Amino acid sequence: MSQSNRRDPLNRNVPDGHATALRRAMGLGSAGTGASHWWLQRATAVALVPLSVWFLATLLAHASSSHAVLTTWLARPLTAVIMIALLVALFHHLRLGLQAIAEDYVHADRIKFAVVGAIHGICYVLMLAGIFAILVIALR
Amino acid sequence: MSERSRSRPRPRSPDVQIYRPQLTSVLSITHRATGVWLGLGSILLVAWLIAVASGGDAYATLDRFLGSWIGAILLFSWTFSLFYHLCNGIRHLAWDLDYGFELPTIYLTGWLVVAVSVILTLLTWATALALKA
Repeated sequence: MSQSNRRDPLNRNVPDGHATALRRAMGLGSAGTGASHWWLQRATAVALVPLSVWFLATLLAHASSSHAVLTTWLARPLTAVIMIALLVALFHHLRLGLQAIAEDYVHADRIKFAVVGAIHGICYVLMLAGIFAILVIALR
Repeated sequence: MSERSRSRPRPRSPDVQIYRPQLTSVLSITHRATGVWLGLGSILLVAWLIAVASGGDAYATLDRFLGSWIGAILLFSWTFSLFYHLCNGIRHLAWDLDYGFELPTIYLTGWLVVAVSVILTLLTWATALALKA
């Protein structure tokens, strides 16, 4: 798509000659927040390396555990805190990754805006629901 | 922007369908595919936590589903996706630090990611089945 006839989602009718390069780019892509998106994606990736290995290993150890044993294990402060850390890192990583995919494949600006918004919303709801469930188990 | 570039369409990013699949491109799209699949798996993770919090009956229902053959297939696919995304993710982090960009290294680490994720998946399931037995 040519930059010149691209729809401006913020409706800023500034003639090209009167706007700075930054002003023209704002809101049309990664301008302003691209670096923090990149960094958070990497930071959560690094955090998820030990967290996901821990999760898989402990899940494996509890493969044949009863509900009572599972509850006791999840209620331990250390387990609960690591699980919450896992959920926070996981859902930030997921929403950033899905956002990048949506931005690559969805081209219509309004639909892209809606899809990216839905991705962030759903990821935050899942994160909060998971954290709440852990707190219910841990504090009961 | 000049009149010339305005009238002629700008070059577009790779038209995937005209290229012969290569290890690099296949692993790249697999990274995204496993990421999306793991995203769906994360819904199960939250559902599992809610089921544990809800009590024995809800947990037993979910546990029965995961114990069925369709549950086992899903869990197996998520195990592989997790190991693949983890191994290839470490490969990506190495690239971010500017390591491993030589073409032979890219192919070596690519095949390494495939081999290690398959081995770890099989080891995990062998361990799980041995513990269950």
